[in-house]
This record gives sequence, C-alpha cells and structure tokens, in this order.
Amino acid sequence: MSSVWPVLPVLLPLIGGIVLLFCRLGGLPLQRSVSLLFTAGLIIITLKTLFVATTAGHQVYLLGNWPAPYGIVLVLDKLSALMVLLTAVLSIFALLYAIAQDTDKQGEDFHSLFQIQLFGLNGAFLTGDLFNLFVFFEVLLLASYGLLLHGGGRLRTRGGLQYVVINLIASSLFLFAVGTLYGVLGTLNIADLADKMATVSADDQGIVAAAALLLLVVFGIKAAIFPLYLWLPAAYANTSAAVAALFAIMTKLGLYAIIRVHGTLFSEQAGPLADLHIDLLLWLGMLTLMLAVFGVFAARGLKEQAAFLILASVATLLVGIGINNSAALSASLYYLVHSTLIGAAMFLLADLVSQGRGSYADRLRSAPAMSRAILLGSLFLISAIAIAGVPPLSGFFGKVLILDSAIGHPFQGWIFITVLLASLLMMIALARSGSILFYQISDEEENDGAALNAKAAAVMMALLMLSPVLVVTAGPVTMLTEQIAEQVSGSQAYIDAVLGQTAVTGK
Amino acid sequence: MEWIVAIVIGVMTASGVYLVLRARTFPVVLGLTLLSYAVNVFLFTMGRLQVGQAAIISPDAHAYTDPLPQALVLTAIVIAFGMTAFLIVLALKARSELGNDHVDGLSYVAEEQTVKSRQMAGDR
Repeated sequence: MSSVWPVLPVLLPLIGGIVLLFCRLGGLPLQRSVSLLFTAGLIIITLKTLFVATTAGHQVYLLGNWPAPYGIVLVLDKLSALMVLLTAVLSIFALLYAIAQDTDKQGEDFHSLFQIQLFGLNGAFLTGDLFNLFVFFEVLLLASYGLLLHGGGRLRTRGGLQYVVINLIASSLFLFAVGTLYGVLGTLNIADLADKMATVSADDQGIVAAAALLLLVVFGIKAAIFPLYLWLPAAYANTSAAVAALFAIMTKLGLYAIIRVHGTLFSEQAGPLADLHIDLLLWLGMLTLMLAVFGVFAARGLKEQAAFLILASVATLLVGIGINNSAALSASLYYLVHSTLIGAAMFLLADLVSQGRGSYADRLRSAPAMSRAILLGSLFLISAIAIAGVPPLSGFFGKVLILDSAIGHPFQGWIFITVLLASLLMMIALARSGSILFYQISDEEENDGAALNAKAAAVMMALLMLSPVLVVTAGPVTMLTEQIAEQVSGSQAYIDAVLGQTAVTGK
Repeated sequence: MEWIVAIVIGVMTASGVYLVLRARTFPVVLGLTLLSYAVNVFLFTMGRLQVGQAAIISPDAHAYTDPLPQALVLTAIVIAFGMTAFLIVLALKARSELGNDHVDGLSYVAEEQTVKSRQMAGDR
C-alpha cells in the first residue's frame, strides 16, 4: 500500500498557487488570508509528515501507480521530512514579513508565485527520481525568477539577469549529466541507480564518474560553492528582504541534493566509485568558507554582508558533509536548521536597518541616528552572536558539534584552523559593521528614514527567537538529526523501500 | 551515423559555450538556445540510435527503440522553450532599465561612478 504522506506537502502549495490566481478577483486582503491559510496548513501537514517519517520509516508514493523503477516515485524519509518542515517554518515568516512590509503590493501574483515556489521546493525535497528532480528544480527556479525580480529596479534586474542565465546553464548541464547516467545505467530512479552502481563495468566507470561530477557542478551552482558562487551576493542583496529570507533555503537545497543523490549513489556499496565526491567537498568547503569571510569583510552594505554570511554557512555545511561520518552529518543538519533561520533573520534585519536610515540605506557609512536605534542595535547584536557562532546561541552549538566530529579526521588541523579562523574574522567584520551602523553617528544632517515598522520588526524578532529555542531544544533536535544521519548513511534501506514498493491493485 | 550525431552535438555545444561567454545579452540568449538544442539531441541519442523501430509494444515488432529518452526530450524542449521566452523578455527589460545590453551592466556602474565623482568635484 502506497503511503499518501509524501505527496501532501507537494500537492498543497500547488493547489494554493492555483487558488490564489483566482483570488486576485477578491483583492489583496483575500489573497493574503488565503496565502497565510495555505502556508499554515503546510506547517501542520509537514509536522505530521515528520512524525510519520520518524515513526514509520521510509514512505513511498508511486505516481500514477507505476512501481519503481518504471514510474516516478516520491519518497519521504526523515531527512526530506526535516527539510520540508524547515521550508514551511521559514516560509511563514517570510510571508508575514512580506505582508507587514507591503512587498506584495508592488506587483500582482506575489502570493501565487510564493506558493509555486514552495511547491517546487517541496517537490525537489521529496522526489526519488533524477529527472523529476530536474523538473522540480525548473519549477522552483521559474517561481524564484518571478519573486527575485518582484518590484523591479535597476540593480534588481541586473542581479536577476545574471541569476537567470547561470541557472539556465546549470539546467543544461543537469540534462547532460542525467542523459549520461541514463545512457550507461538505463534508469533514472535514484534508488535503482544506486543499486546498479556496483555492477558498472570498468570501462564505464570513468563515464559515470564524469556524470556524477557534472551533477556536482550543477548542485554546486545551486548551493553556491567556490568557484560558482559569484551570482549569489548580487542576486540576494538586491532583492526584497522577504524573498531573500525565503531564498536562504535555496542554497540548502543544493546541499540536500548532494547528500541525497551523491550520498545514495556513491555510498560504500558503490564499489570502486565509492565516496568519489567527499574529498572534493571538504576542500571546496574550506576554500568557500575563507572566500565568504573575505566577502563579509569587503561588503559595502549590510544586505551584501548578509548574503556572504549565507555563503559562509553553506561552506561550513560543506565542510561538515565532507568530514563524512555520521556524527558530522548530524551536526551539519543541526547547523543547517540554525543557519537557514538565522540567515533569513539577518536579511530581514538588514531591511529594517536600511529603512530606518533613509537615503543612506544599508551602506556601511556613518549616518544620522535612526529611529529606535537601541532596539535595532540589540537585535543586530543577537543576530551577529547567533550567526558568527559565539556562545550562548545556536550557531555556537552547531559549530562545536561539527568540530567535535572532525576530531580524528586526517585533515583535522586544517578543518579546525579554517572554521575557527573564519568565525573569528566573521565576528570582527560584524563588530565593525555594527559599530559603523549604530555608534558612528553623524550629526550634520537630519535622519530622513522611515519610523520602525513595528509589525515587521515583530516578525523579525520572532524568527530570531528561534535561535534560543534551538538551544533549549538542542537535546531533542540533535536526537532527531542523529536518527536522520543514521538513516541517510544506511542507503540500502532506502533502495529496498523504493524498489520493494508494490502498486495498489485496485480491488 | 553515430559519428555525424556526435559531431553535431559537439559543434553545437562548443558554439553554445562560446556564445554564452559573450558580454552582451543577445549572444548569450542564442548560446543558451544552442546549448539546449545540443542537450536535446544528446538525450535522444542516449537511448541508442535506431532506425525504423517501434517505440510501443506491438506484436509485429522485431526490435524496439527506447521510448523514455523521447519522453525526456519532450519535457526538456518545453521547459527550455519557456525559459528562453522568459529570458528574452528579461533581457529586453534589462536593456531598457540599464541603458545597455551588457550582461553584467558594467558600463552602467562606471557611468554612475563618473557622474558621482563629477558631483563631488562640483560640491567642493
């Protein structure tokens, strides 16, 4: 019997997106309430899917009732359940912020695009088929193009154009890689691919490795890994804050795809091709981390700085995945949850600061004092502490767990030096921008900024409060991430669950 | 036949990559189109080249051609077509907003900086 849970988080935003197209007739208030309703419903459903995934093991849904490997499957396991829940939680904050700041008034169909974006994200997290992953990538990219350009403006158009072009190139590469894998192995189901990986003949191993590395390039563009990250700061820093906050999950999607596809295909069973990508990830992660920190230093504005902080969190996660043991994966997942939420909060804060400073916007130059500077300054302090990984907030725990799992690794010295140095530099850079923004006040002219938008600030604070919540609930959360890591590293269970799923017989 | 198809794919990919690396948006759009053509032919050949064989099960067929790549190509064509249309509109929007058709809008930034430095010189 096919389980219905993998398909619900995909179906709900799709229906939401279509319904919202018709809600245009009812005006903005109707669109807002329907959009909020669907997003809140998504949280409830994803909570339930997480519960099902943790208690009942792999859940497989056969689309069109065709058994794998002939049909397309949706697979729910603990990792994908965590990711869809994280997406849902992040999206409700992004949506509330967009409503509080009237981002959705700048053009039509913001809410529809928002739901389709969630549809693409959830689909990509839940699919068990490589070509279907490509299709969901395209769905979420199309929605993201719309969201990124929403509201218009010269810098936004420029950043958006580069984002679109690089993602179209990535799509072509994705298809080349998918085609090559199909040509050699004759299947596109991830579980079936992994099953056949051990039987690849010596002649074909080179081709499979090339296809896998091509896929790594594609996911690397999504995740913004060195040297493919240059599109990210321009695109994220120039879009609206709510959209940038939602996009904090998009880079993590690239990482998820690496864990899911490469982790399953090139696990221990893969014979000579096992762990093909691991060393590469570790070194690229460390390199990206250092370059991201330089970017944090060199940023000219707070939004750009927030974009580089997202990049640094991706890089830390890559190091965690590259360490390649169960404890490291568990630690990385904890850090992933933290960095997604706090990275998003940082974008929202940068937007609040930028509004308060008027014509100075978020540029790191001394300006007249903004309204409610003490409140915003304290929020900046808390966010900076959380994101740089200083105790007592969640970033610290995530980094400690990752470093702890690196002990005994052949390159542990390098890992420790890079991660700790990056944290220190990040702290200095954030302290510098904090003091420029909040201490170096020039009295020459009047502040022409807007008064603090209380609703928007409340949304931002609520999102930031999830960091202490993550610390308080660190016990249960790490228990969950340990279970996830255990399940992910045993990829044989995944293969058996997908290939063993029988079709419904209709009686 | 394999030789011809391989050369066609190779030439199209190479031309596509060259055009994508150009600085202006129109060649980039053309390059992406060529890349997507190349990838479509590539996907098609991954089911191995067969002439005159059935794709659907029939009692008269002696051999079959692989129907799956055809389905994949169909999906890929539709997606590439939609994306290209979107990209052209976006390129036009960028052309009108940035005042030039450079992908990285460099000359716009340079222009703005000269205007600013002129203003600052005027202030003094």
